[in-house]
Amino acid sequence: MLWLLSWKNVWRNKLRSIIVIIAVMLGVFAGVFMLAFMNGMVEERIQTVIRTEISHIQIHQPGFLENNDFSLRINNIDSIIHLATQTGHVAAASKRIVISSMVASAETNSGIKIIGIIPDQESKITNIGEKITDGDYFRNQQKNNVVIGKKLAEKLKVGLGKKLIITIQDVSTNITSGAFRVGGIFDTDNDMYDESIIFVRFSDLSLLSGLDGTQAHEIAVILDKDENTDQVKAELRKSLSTLEVMDWMELSPEAGYLVSAMDQYTVIFMVIILLALCFGIINTMLMVVLERVREIGMLMAVGMSKIKVFYMIMLETVYLTMTGGTVGIAAGYFASKYLERVGIDLFFWKEVYASIGYSSLIYPKIDLQTIMIVSLMVIFTGLFSAIYPAFKALKLNPAEATRME
Amino acid sequence: MNIIEIKGVTKIYDKNTIPVHALNGIDLTFQEGEFASIVGPSGSGKTTLLNILGGLDDATDGVVLIDGVDLTALSGAKKTTFRKNKIGFVFQSFNLIPVLTVQENIEFIMQLQGIAREDREKRTAELLEAIGLSDRKNSRPNKLSGGQQQRVAVARALASKPKFILADEPTANLDSKSAENLLDIMGKLNREENITFIFSTHDLRVMNKAKRIITIEDGKVISDVVKEEIHNLI
Repeated sequence: MLWLLSWKNVWRNKLRSIIVIIAVMLGVFAGVFMLAFMNGMVEERIQTVIRTEISHIQIHQPGFLENNDFSLRINNIDSIIHLATQTGHVAAASKRIVISSMVASAETNSGIKIIGIIPDQESKITNIGEKITDGDYFRNQQKNNVVIGKKLAEKLKVGLGKKLIITIQDVSTNITSGAFRVGGIFDTDNDMYDESIIFVRFSDLSLLSGLDGTQAHEIAVILDKDENTDQVKAELRKSLSTLEVMDWMELSPEAGYLVSAMDQYTVIFMVIILLALCFGIINTMLMVVLERVREIGMLMAVGMSKIKVFYMIMLETVYLTMTGGTVGIAAGYFASKYLERVGIDLFFWKEVYASIGYSSLIYPKIDLQTIMIVSLMVIFTGLFSAIYPAFKALKLNPAEATRME
Repeated sequence: MNIIEIKGVTKIYDKNTIPVHALNGIDLTFQEGEFASIVGPSGSGKTTLLNILGGLDDATDGVVLIDGVDLTALSGAKKTTFRKNKIGFVFQSFNLIPVLTVQENIEFIMQLQGIAREDREKRTAELLEAIGLSDRKNSRPNKLSGGQQQRVAVARALASKPKFILADEPTANLDSKSAENLLDIMGKLNREENITFIFSTHDLRVMNKAKRIITIEDGKVISDVVKEEIHNLI
């Protein structure tokens, strides 16, 4: 009886109820969509960190990452790569020579990190090959080819085929230089990365630095699934106890902070939306109670218990909130799912996003767990908003209320 | 048989620390089947008395026995249950629930009482017949005239099979014809089904129909007359 009466009461003042429902719907839609948008941004950034910049796991000599000490090299590199690839969930592994160096063009020079890679191995690890906007990714078998970022190319004022002089310290700690030609230019949506990293063939850099091909500074490991990172890291740490095995969150702690920071932001954002809705609902329900003083007084007079009066007002509020909330959640979910496929291209802010390492093409991401959490938050908001108006109804004196004009 | 017995009922409102004596030691009894009217000028204490009889307000002092139960000893929740099962209310402003149909309004208290659907529908049909609104059972209150709404309110008050009905100025918002019609229906229910009605009113039409008139002034009963006695005297 109360369920039906409360539902009918919601529609007593259709216009007002529809306005409240639309307000709740828009608020919840905005909340769900913003959650999906932020999730998408974080996910995109994490995937960039893993698939473009770092990979899931990297292996180094202990201390190498602190100052990129050239002498801290991993010996018998191929046997270690073999061991790594034999570990469960490892999809591929690649060896790299990593040297801090200087690159100079005819116009200017810049401090960079030069990475020597085996292109076929590296293609299984990172997607730099897919980010080439000019030239190619070591398809050309010419010696001393270099693939550089678009931002660095602009800085050095070079284009395809142009010569660059790379200066490094070799195994004998002598300064040595080599002439390389730009064979490809990549654009990863992360300006800092594009400006500071260049790729050359492993063999070319081995030759220039005097390494014999059995040594490298870094092994990058990619896994079948992101969620297996902890397990594989633990196994590799066990089997390669003399080496330093670190995952992407340790190598790029800001990405890890980003995940937790975004989680906090989204909660704060959602709470602000729901709090604003909460006050709107309280205001509406107070009006509802004040408009129906005589009727509520009559209900109490004829024998409706206080708990039922309280329950009736709570139900009306929950109906209002949940009607708007359900539509808002559904609209937010389906809009996010649609945009998850086609993406949102914020091309007009491309420069801004690239300067902080984000792609301007964002694919919102939403899952059912998030939807469940939002639903519970909406129900809680409805119940919380109902408490004060319901108490206000309970305070009515039926003898006075029934005679009120 | 006395269904209402009040002894020494006093009601003092403490308004801004200045006590207002609304009722001053009222003694009254009502028997089953009475058709009584409480009259008096505004502020005389009629409504306060009606509220105390209906368990909507507490007496400051005195005893209120309804159907043998001391109302002053009941807690708030028990008083609510008592009202639901023993007392019917008719209000000046009808106070029907606008989102429910006539039938649903009448059934409402029976639903609160937990009466089975079949029994509710049967009782509602009887009451609709009695008030002459069977053909309007699916109408919303706003589609009815004031008189029709008040008839529905009477039917709602009767639905729970109460011991008596308290009607506070039931004809105040009605035109003469509607008021006459309503009083006829209530009179008929009183005569044929022995239902007790107690009115608080200023309306001469109600006083004319009433069999007993209790006059209150300054919170005291100044006269309590049964019309038959007057006729006998004449």
